[in-house]
Amino acid sequence: MKTILDKRQLHLTILRLAHQLLENHQNLDEVVFIGLQPRGVQISKRIVDTVRNLCVGQNIQYGILDITFYRDDVRKELHIANTTDIPFSIEGKAVILIDDVLYTGRTIRAALDALQDFGRPKKIELCVLVDRRFNRELPIQPDYCGKSIDTAYSQKVKVEWEREEVVLY
Amino acid sequence: MQLSTKNLLGIKDLSAEDISLILNTASQFKEVLQRPVKKVPSLRDITIVNLFYENSTRTRISFELAEKRLSADTINFSASASSVSKGETLLDTVNNILSMKVDMVVMRHSASGAPHFLAKHIPAAIVNAGDGINEHPTQALLDAFSIQEKTGSLEGKKVLLIGDIMHSRVALSNIYLLKKMGAEVMVAGPPTLIPTYIEQALQVKVEYNLKKALQWCDVANVLRIQLERQNQVLFSSLREYNLAYGVSKKLLDSLQKEIVIMHPGPINRGVEIDSDVADSSQSIILQQVENGVAVRMAVLYLLAGKKTE
Repeated sequence: MKTILDKRQLHLTILRLAHQLLENHQNLDEVVFIGLQPRGVQISKRIVDTVRNLCVGQNIQYGILDITFYRDDVRKELHIANTTDIPFSIEGKAVILIDDVLYTGRTIRAALDALQDFGRPKKIELCVLVDRRFNRELPIQPDYCGKSIDTAYSQKVKVEWEREEVVLY
Repeated sequence: MQLSTKNLLGIKDLSAEDISLILNTASQFKEVLQRPVKKVPSLRDITIVNLFYENSTRTRISFELAEKRLSADTINFSASASSVSKGETLLDTVNNILSMKVDMVVMRHSASGAPHFLAKHIPAAIVNAGDGINEHPTQALLDAFSIQEKTGSLEGKKVLLIGDIMHSRVALSNIYLLKKMGAEVMVAGPPTLIPTYIEQALQVKVEYNLKKALQWCDVANVLRIQLERQNQVLFSSLREYNLAYGVSKKLLDSLQKEIVIMHPGPINRGVEIDSDVADSSQSIILQQVENGVAVRMAVLYLLAGKKTE
């Protein structure tokens, strides 16, 4: 077991990601934040809360997306669906997809498909806390990345929200 | 987590966990149906045949829509326009269809137990869309989903089933499901349409006075009088039935509370239910139909996703 980000580093990383997002997006009315179920919900909440604190008074649209029905392995394994809640239109908006760990890229592939069903966004960007950069199975890269790490397939990366740490097992 | 059964033959075979899983999955699909594009690619490589040996509007359209919104390929089969009229047996028909690489079968049949028979002989997953006077599991599931959506939960709810309990597969599936989920069930109707030992056999209350029964319940599910399933006349006239067991506005207004009105359709207006009740704000009849698609999507998704051993 190895700690990748401790509590202080995690806090700073979230702050940096929020600043980077604001740096690239002047007009927040044209931006929507979407966290991916199930494990992207916590991190997206933290990032969106930080953005809200930095831009008090601005309307920030935030939703969560479940990609279970868009997975490419229905026949291999049954997955139980989680709630999707996107109570606004993404048509013509810049969508910022937020997840905790970017691994094979298959979840993001499914999320890109799923977003098509909610309208046609102007652009989609990907923001992740941890990028396991050598385990990709699809040509997908993050636009905003908390920390990039080298891992083997046999290893696991987990964000422990109670202890506020990112750990490599 | 997955369903404990390979097929959906009846609510009788399901556990309370299975039912909760189906209802929870259905609420996720209900959200899908509110999206600009109401379709997901989950069952893209699955082919489903809809075998309808008996007429149907709602169930058939509902299943077909559910299949299409899951991106499954569908084949429709109705007995009247097929080789069944040339004398082909059920098993031969199904085996011929399956040899063309079909994964799932949705079947309605006038003989009770027809899907159970099929399940013993074919490997494909079977969904019972109504068999004779036995069960209609997806109807009970959508009824439960609608009750849950309207009132919050099933636990402890008092649900009344009115009318032709004897010939109704909707009633039997509803009784099994509601009991498993902790609701209380009462049946009401003329004695000739209520099986004699139902009280002991299924642990439901029986009431022959409609007003007393309505006074007791939170939700009333009004069943259709099934004239096509009655070999002898079990009540003297439709008008008499309406006077004794028809749910009217006047009767509902005389209760001290507002109850939820349901009907599985098709409605015989002016027989078991009056038009002003069916179209009132108390009635969730059209919501039932809407929820039917989401519930059937959940059933098909959960059965298709089961690993074939």
